[in-house]
Parts: sequence; C-alpha cells; structure tokens
Amino acid sequence: MNSKETVNTASVDYAQFPDSEGRFGIFGGRFVSETLIHALDELEDIYYRLKDDPDFQAEFDKDLAHYVGRPSPLYFAERWTRELGGAKIFLKREDLNHTGAHKVNNTIGQALLAKFTGKKRVIAETGAGQHGVATATVAARLGLKCRVYMGSEDVKRQALNVYRMKLLGAEVFPVTSGSRTLKDAMNEAMRDWATNVDDTFYIIGTAAGPHPYPELVRDFQCVIGREAREQCLTQTGKLPDALVACVGGGSNAIGLFHPFLTDTSVKMYGVEAGGLGLDSGKHAAPLNRGIPGVLHGTRTYLMEDENGQIIETHSVSAGLDYPGVGPEHSWLKDIGRVNYVAINDDEALAAFRKLTLTEGIMPALESAHAMAYVEKLAPQMSKDQIIIANLSGRGDKDILTVAALDGITV
Amino acid sequence: MSRIQQHLSAAKEAGKKILVAYVVNGDPFPEATLPTLQKMVEQGVDIIELGVPFSDPMAEGPVIQKGHERALVHHTSLKGTLQLVKTFRKTNQTTPIVLMGYANPVERFGYHAFAKAAAEAGVDGLLTVDLPPEEVVDLKKELDANGLDNIFLLAPTTTVERAKKIAALASGFLYYVSLKGVTGAGHLDVADVKQKLDAFGELTDLPLCVGFGIKDPATAKAIAELADGVVIGSVLVEKMGQMEKNSADEIANAVGEIVGGIRRAI
Repeated sequence: MNSKETVNTASVDYAQFPDSEGRFGIFGGRFVSETLIHALDELEDIYYRLKDDPDFQAEFDKDLAHYVGRPSPLYFAERWTRELGGAKIFLKREDLNHTGAHKVNNTIGQALLAKFTGKKRVIAETGAGQHGVATATVAARLGLKCRVYMGSEDVKRQALNVYRMKLLGAEVFPVTSGSRTLKDAMNEAMRDWATNVDDTFYIIGTAAGPHPYPELVRDFQCVIGREAREQCLTQTGKLPDALVACVGGGSNAIGLFHPFLTDTSVKMYGVEAGGLGLDSGKHAAPLNRGIPGVLHGTRTYLMEDENGQIIETHSVSAGLDYPGVGPEHSWLKDIGRVNYVAINDDEALAAFRKLTLTEGIMPALESAHAMAYVEKLAPQMSKDQIIIANLSGRGDKDILTVAALDGITV
Repeated sequence: MSRIQQHLSAAKEAGKKILVAYVVNGDPFPEATLPTLQKMVEQGVDIIELGVPFSDPMAEGPVIQKGHERALVHHTSLKGTLQLVKTFRKTNQTTPIVLMGYANPVERFGYHAFAKAAAEAGVDGLLTVDLPPEEVVDLKKELDANGLDNIFLLAPTTTVERAKKIAALASGFLYYVSLKGVTGAGHLDVADVKQKLDAFGELTDLPLCVGFGIKDPATAKAIAELADGVVIGSVLVEKMGQMEKNSADEIANAVGEIVGGIRRAI
C-alpha cells in the first residue's frame, strides 16, 4: 500500500483529524472483531458528547489540578544548557505528576468516561508498569475493580511496579502467550474486553488501538503541550524552535506536539528506541524501519517480517518495547510534519546518568531517549533558540535496571 | 455460482445441517495438515475453515493461540497456506475452503495479489477477524473480482440495524459468534443464541452457521437445531496439540473421529 502523500503541512487543518472514519490519512481506523464494534461505537458517542461539555471538562481540569498536581513546571535546565553550548533547554516536568509520569493525565480522563458509562470494572495493558500503576491509582480512587495485563517477562523485569499495583488493589495478570511483553498484554486485554464488554471499560495506555482511542488519549494528553506553549510564551516571550519527545506508542509525544502543529516555525522530533542499533534489527523503531500494517485495531507503521508476522522488539526501556506506534504519528511522519529519529540503548543510558548528575533529575529510561537526542540537537542550534523536551516520567522505577547493568545488586 | 453456494444449496435440499470445521495450517507440524483435511472431508465436513497462523491472534482463546504458535515454529505463512490449498485441490475439487485469519498477513501480501493467488489456488472464501465491514471495503472489491466470498461475522453485540447492513454485503454464509469472548470459551448459552438467531435469521436468505464454544456432539446438536450449521475448532486444535509427537496419519484419524462424531450428532 502506498502511504506517501504529498502535503503542504502549513495548510493542513490538524483539528479535522481523525476524520469521521477514525482515520489519519491511510492510518488509524477500527480493525477489531465484530464483538467490539458496539462498545467502540458507544465509547465514541459518549466521548463526542462529553469532550465539549463544560461540566466534564471542569471535572477533568479539577482532577488534573488537585489530584495530579498540574500544571507541571517548564524548567530551564541552565547547567545542562551551558554544558551543551547551544540552544536553551527547557524540560516539561511530567515526572512531577502524581504517580510519576504523564500516563495519569490519560487515566484520569478515561476513568471519568468509565464513570459516565456506569461500568464498574476497568482493565489495562502495561509494559513497564507505569500505565498499570496510573490505572490502578484512578481505579482505587473511584472504587472500580481493576485488572492489569502484563507480559510475564515484564512482570519479572518490573517487580516494583507489580507490587505497587497490588498495593493499590489491582489484580496483575501475567500473560504467558507470544513474546510475553507489552504487545501480548494488549492482545490479552482485548480478549478480556471482548468477553466482559458489558461491564468492563478498557483503559488503553497510549494513543494507539482502534478509533476513538488514539483521538481521546491524544486529547487528554494535550494538556502537556497546551501548558508548555503558554509557559514558554510567558517565560521567554516566544515559541520554542524545537520539541523533543520519546515515542513508544507515542502518547506523551502527541500530547506535547499536537498543540504546536500549526505553529510552522516549531520543528518536532519524535525519538524511537534504537535498541542495539537500527541495523542490528534489535530495536523498537517502526517509524524508522517498519512498514504500514494492521495490529491492535489500527493501521500504522509496524515491525514485521516478510510474511506479515509481528516481530519481537528490543529496548532497554520496557515502555518503548512495542512493535507499533500510534497512527497519528505514522501520518505525521508521512506528511513530513514531524521528524522521527532513533536513540540506542547506550546513548539513552548515558543521558540518564548525565541528566541525573547535571540537573539532579533522574529521567525514566523512556524519557532518557528524548534527553539523549537533545544532547545531539542542542549543540547544532544557536544560543538564542529554544528546545522543549518532554521529561515524560521519573526514573526511580529504572534504578534496579541501571544497577543490574552496572553489575550491582541493590 | 460459487463452490460455497453450490455446496450449501445441495446441503439445504438434502435437509442436512452444515458442518464447518477449523484447523490451523501447519499445526502441529506442516505434514499433518493435508491428511487431516482429507480425513475431515471423509467424515462429513461441509466447509473447511483453514486457519492462517498469525503472531497476534487477538480473537482466539488459549487453545487456538497455541495452535498458531505451533504452526509459526515451522514458519507457516499465508503463501505456504495457498500452496497447501493448491495441493489439496489436486484430489478434491468440491469441498469449499475458507481461509480464516487476521488482516496483517493479507496486507503484507497485497490485496490484489492475494485475491488473485487465492482464487488460483482454489480458495473459496476469506474470513478476516479484524476486518469488520467498514474496513474490508478495499479487500472485498478484490475478492469480488476474483469470485471469492468474504465471510462476515455477526456477534451477540451486533444490533439488528447493523446486522441488516452486514447481511446485505454478505455472500456464502454468515458466521454467528455465539458468545461474547474468544474461541473455545466455555459459557455458551443456547437460549441466548436462539433469541439472536431468530432476529438475524429474518434478515437474510444466506445460511447462518454458529461457532465459538461448541465443544462436543451434545452442544453441536443443540445449536444445530437452531441454526443452518455449526462451526467447530478448538476441540480439534486441542486434540492436535496433544498429539504433537504422533504421526500425521494418527493425528488425521483422531481429528476425523471427532468430526465424525459431531457429524452424526447434528
């Protein structure tokens, strides 16, 4: 399928996407079995009714302010900027949110939708455990039953988050099929949803999956970009020149990018997981090396073999270890509005240490991919230019992974 | 008239219920599939539903997931599946074959190339679990052009209004998913099925076959009384998984025996 479009990005009306069929160009859509169609129709109806409802928005904003702790700061990383000797670097501090990452913006929003549907049970898939924790958190707060699907490999790698979810009253269900990671957890969550669709709300963790999920997750995460835009104007008097965010499924990136899409002077960089290197084949960079296909309810760039089988991915960061990506990113790549680059495991680990030592901020390994790209980008830009990088999560959860790589048992 | 329609009209005239049986190509090893299909035909199967293995079979329960995994160990592909159908057709030109699988391998093959190759190989229809009517439009054009039926699913959650639209697009037969859930699930409710089938039956002249959750001759009989036919799958795939170490002929015989038992019951 030819996915390339010739588009003048300055004239694109980004607010019109997804279209009425849930598509971003050829990407997106609703590739699910018939059983789930009704639930997706219902979700779409509810969401479209509530998204512009002032009461719903007020409740969402109130939760973001008083429960999550928003707005998150836009922090000028002065020492790091000086060391790199180029553009001024501002960090959007999503790591300071309640539960320690951007994920909670979305789970708050979807939990409000769940509340509105009257469904008493929520399910989620999780890789590193951040979305699982954010889901278990809102479920605890609203008194909803919660089950989190997690690949059994990830259960082993992320023991701390598993216990955190259990403390929050969630049931963590280890998935032993396929590659036993995030993609298999998502398969299993879909199966649960098809079985229990009458009483269960599926809280998808990233801007992927069947329509309307990519749209509603994006909308809930856009608070990141809206705040950053306003904060940047207030603090510097102008718009940033570049935005940088890591991309697994891509919810933190789309949340930062989307409110700037029509600002044609703002360049955008989505950073994928380069793993052991793009040429090694062991990475999680479908936008750099994949081709369009269909998985988990959406058409998007995928890592697959010549027979259309999804292949296993590799990244030091469990949260980026996914063979697909949100469909809107696939579209933004093809129309040329966003540049998608890759950062290897080693570069991300180095940036993790660098930011910790230079600014006293320990980034999640996912976010460290964005930080590593900033290290490359900033020196190429002039001192009067501005980069906003999304510090999407804090690194506490990764301390054991980093220690193990150092040969240390904590 | 397509091979599926011919076969189903004949069954109807004879007052026979339709038996559709599913196995995964290449499960538990590639050499087992051909003799198994032949044995299924001998034991009275009307339509062969041949599973195309996929790395992420989202609608399958644990039993059929394992079938896909076993087949993928041997790198069974969509191309290989068409090759198998071609071989099967050398000795059987009458039993309809429907390929059942997921969208991505077909996308990768290319819709146009796939439809042409499938028709040439002797495939009669395609059931793609994750291509609901809204998403199957482009592929269906290619299937139509090559005389292949696209088999649509109806689910317990499908509204009558939607079922009407689906029935208007459908050819071959309609596949009613008897329960909310995955293949091989254990909570089939016959009264529920009856209620839905009564409503859907009025919308179409096509045969309605019921699958998901039919595990033994007794359930098959109960469902066959309500529908034009039944689909069995997990019960066969489970047996094949247990016989991984047996010979192809032993597997074929064991599967044939189950098929025969269901055939006699309906």
